[in-house]
Amino acid sequence: MQLSARESAGLLLVEVMEERIDAAGAIQFKDSMRELTAQGNGRVMLDMSRVAFLDSSGLGAVVAVMKLLGPDRRLELAGLTPTVEKVFRLTRMDSVFVIHPTVPDDMRHAG
Amino acid sequence: MAEIRRDIHLVIASEQMAVRQALAQLLADPGLRHLRCDLRGRIEIVLAEVLNNIVEHAYAEQRGNITIDVSIGPNGIGCCILDGGAAMPGLALPEGKLAPHDPQDLPEGGFGWFLIRTLTEDLSYRRQGNMNELRFRMPETICS
Repeated sequence: MQLSARESAGLLLVEVMEERIDAAGAIQFKDSMRELTAQGNGRVMLDMSRVAFLDSSGLGAVVAVMKLLGPDRRLELAGLTPTVEKVFRLTRMDSVFVIHPTVPDDMRHAG
Repeated sequence: MAEIRRDIHLVIASEQMAVRQALAQLLADPGLRHLRCDLRGRIEIVLAEVLNNIVEHAYAEQRGNITIDVSIGPNGIGCCILDGGAAMPGLALPEGKLAPHDPQDLPEGGFGWFLIRTLTEDLSYRRQGNMNELRFRMPETICS
């Protein structure tokens, strides 16, 4: 599971470099995110714009990552592709996360 | 009732990577490639959930085969999935109700059957000898 992380002004921006977060990759995704977020205590934004597909295991892993961060550290999502957005919407998990249509420009170019 | 035609027929090993490859192969099939984008997304979600459930629960990581038949017709898609794993508990499909979202303790699972039930029609399960048979349709007309 390839993730690319950049930190700037208190925000950790993590870009998922894979096309899928599915049953075959969900545990690896969760473990990699745990390592990446172990240091620091700021906001975390997950750029999902390359992820074309997420199944219920992948959704569970994203929820697990949010819980790992604890109540004081929100996990924000950006760039949900149509099928990924559908899974979040149908399971009503779209109400649980702060979801940005795209990574805000100032964050994309920061750092 | 129309018989399911055998337009696409796949037999795969009960493994997570084989499921991933089967989904890629199915979605690249000319029969599915030209469907409305929305229906392609729905079929990928449903088949992923059905197949992963078989790998994780019916075969419970034991070796076995899964047979996938997908029929594409003018009114949508019909699917028949066979496996030789353990029977569904109580010989019935899970209700697939979405757990209430407690912000203090969000669910990390239990989404699979909810998604399958939400996105399919005429979902049926039966145990035939040592086999599980799951059938469902995904009509063109439902948008969700």
